[in-house]
Amino acid sequence: MRRRRFLTLSATALGGTIVYRLDRTLALVHAQSAGKIRVPLRFFDERQALTVAAAAARIFPTDESGPGATEAGVVIYIDRQLAGPYGRDRHRYTQEPFEDGVPEQGYQGKATPREVYRDGIGLLGADFDRLAPEAQDAKLRQMEDSYFFSLLRQHTLEGMFSDPMHGGNAGMVGWQLIGYPGPYMSWAQHIDQHYGKAFRPKPMSLAEVVGHKVTPGEDEA
Amino acid sequence: VKTLPKVDVVIAGGGWTGLLMAKELGARTGLTVVVLERGKPRKMADYADGMDELDYAIRLRMMQDVSRETVTFRHTTADRALPLRQLGSFLPGEGTGGAGEHWQGETPRFFPHVFEMRKRLVDRYGAGRLPEGCAIQDWGVRYEELEPYYTRAEQLLGISGQGGIDPFEGPRSAGFPTPPMKLAHVPAMFSEAARSIGYHPYPLPSANLSKTYKNPDGIIRPACEYCGFCERFGCMVGAKAQPSNVLLPVIGKQKRVAVRTDANVRRIVHKDGKATGVTYFDANRTECFQPADLVIVSSWTLNNTRLLLLSKIGEPYNPATGRGQVGRNLTHQVMGGIRLLFDKPLNRFMGAGACGIMMSDLDADNFDHGPLDFIGGARVAVGNSGARPIANFGAVPAAVTSTWGSEWKKAAIESFDRVGGLGAIGEHASYRANYMDLDPTYRDQYGDPLLRMTIDYTDNERKLAAYIGTKLVEIGRAMGASEVVPPDELQRYDVVRYKGTHIQGGTIMGASPETSVLNPWLQHWQASNLFILGASAMPQNPSGNPTLTLLAMTMRTADALVGKYLKSPGSLA
Repeated sequence: MRRRRFLTLSATALGGTIVYRLDRTLALVHAQSAGKIRVPLRFFDERQALTVAAAAARIFPTDESGPGATEAGVVIYIDRQLAGPYGRDRHRYTQEPFEDGVPEQGYQGKATPREVYRDGIGLLGADFDRLAPEAQDAKLRQMEDSYFFSLLRQHTLEGMFSDPMHGGNAGMVGWQLIGYPGPYMSWAQHIDQHYGKAFRPKPMSLAEVVGHKVTPGEDEA
Repeated sequence: VKTLPKVDVVIAGGGWTGLLMAKELGARTGLTVVVLERGKPRKMADYADGMDELDYAIRLRMMQDVSRETVTFRHTTADRALPLRQLGSFLPGEGTGGAGEHWQGETPRFFPHVFEMRKRLVDRYGAGRLPEGCAIQDWGVRYEELEPYYTRAEQLLGISGQGGIDPFEGPRSAGFPTPPMKLAHVPAMFSEAARSIGYHPYPLPSANLSKTYKNPDGIIRPACEYCGFCERFGCMVGAKAQPSNVLLPVIGKQKRVAVRTDANVRRIVHKDGKATGVTYFDANRTECFQPADLVIVSSWTLNNTRLLLLSKIGEPYNPATGRGQVGRNLTHQVMGGIRLLFDKPLNRFMGAGACGIMMSDLDADNFDHGPLDFIGGARVAVGNSGARPIANFGAVPAAVTSTWGSEWKKAAIESFDRVGGLGAIGEHASYRANYMDLDPTYRDQYGDPLLRMTIDYTDNERKLAAYIGTKLVEIGRAMGASEVVPPDELQRYDVVRYKGTHIQGGTIMGASPETSVLNPWLQHWQASNLFILGASAMPQNPSGNPTLTLLAMTMRTADALVGKYLKSPGSLA
């Protein structure tokens, strides 16, 4: 059995509570604790995780417009997706022959998302997370047209805005950032109201809405 | 091969049309009926905790598992077809109820023009106006013959809407069973703007109920909650009509009707010009032969066509000679929406699949094509189906050119709830060059050849999309958008971007066995005990959503089976 791997994160960074105000300013009012937290990794080793976390943080940075991939825990989300059925192409058609097509025929590569990440992380280099932000951006710009980058960008958005049960969007920071309330059961009393005015109910996760834990797809066989 | 006890009727495919036929036969005859569905069983309780964008709308939990079977695609016969290794431009369902479980529920009727498109266009403009290589043909059934079934289908589902506003709608023998849905902000803006230009906007006909409704079978369903999780999801309250909440509760009480899941039909077995049953693999990969007197195929457009080709029933279509029928007239649709940016919040997270406003002024031949250089039109609509964040985050004003990093992030956060879409679904005419056959290279999980799609757009679709695009921009400006992003020129057909799950053709119906597979009763021209249900029968794509028409056609065929065929089996045409 493989040795357990962890990613050590600053708790002030991950999952602080963001208050969303109607004037669109954001405030991080409370962090879970001042210490470090260790998150078990399912697919990456710590070095790979730090690299992916750094790249996701350039795609969706933490800056004056609010928290980003770091606070949402995007790397945790990506780690779980790659460890699960999606990462090994459980539901993709993978019969040979693999041939290059025209773009209109869609992705024809043989590489699974896991393999695409392994290669992409290699191209970013072992010291990527320790480079200055400008140097990180320059590296990412060089690979902007690659399949790896398109996956990384898409997965960063998924990690920002998917339900917290998938490992990202910690404390629902992503939803608070854009004023998305999550999967409420009913808007029947509101759908034809609030014309032109921001209606921003407090975000609720799926587990909070339905009142029990829901098994995410990445935990299925 | 394990031979099972014979039944009267076997139905391959447990979606809207197959289950509707099973319900009708179960209610009105004493026949034994077996429905074979290749996916898993589904029931309403499955959807209670299904409001998760990632697993359902992005990872496509309810869709066909293409690791086992997919289709291949190329633009022309000169190109190499490659498999759709992941779904994209359309989303076939899997499991009881099929795609009917995760549809939006938009249910317009087709215009009378649609059923006689070729005749009417030639009469009005002359045959010289049809596009080069065009293969459009009339259905062999007219709106007037289908109208009573449209009414029955609307009553089965409880369709919400309002007649009498759209000047182009066909005559209705009854009003909508339930009133229109509530009006959300963006559709309201569209409605006002369209009216100011002189168009005739009306509430989008909807299978998401506006109020509690009891249908003629006694099925009671509640009003929609506008939760924003319709398309790609099952409805957790049953407000959206789905086979699992409209048909299965009735079928469950019918002693002679059985639904077998994990039953993947591979061949229609036939002898001396008649179908004798089907073979299928069960969950243990045991091959079973299910004999039956009557074989009904209802496994969605692409698989209906594939089953005929694999079973060697009828002559495969050859695009070089124009001979053969099976596989001809493949059409999809032409998507052309534009993006509008507003300077106020829109609260677009709320909504329902068919909560919206549409107009028919630019559809079909509802406007004069005399001075224009194309045929066809588009249904123009603004929906409010619930803007979920993964799929909708990222749109920015045109001045922002980056797609990641601080500048983009700030603009995308500001724009997230200020983007409204103005949607157009254009007609896709049929052409001699667009068709389906069996792929020579790629195979499914059992080693059978995949279906191969050969399809591309032509100048007619590009001109149609460009014309509609200019009209959308005018409407967008009238809606007061701060930024109106004009549409890109229509590109070549691709299987990547979602266009809608409305694919037609392959086993088309028509007036002559020379140019169609089915007669106007959806009965195979040669094998008279074989019926094929679904959009594979449509000779070309009308812009409107097809489900209501499929249900109406299925009811018409059920009437013909019960009233005529069972008394004296043979050709109904």
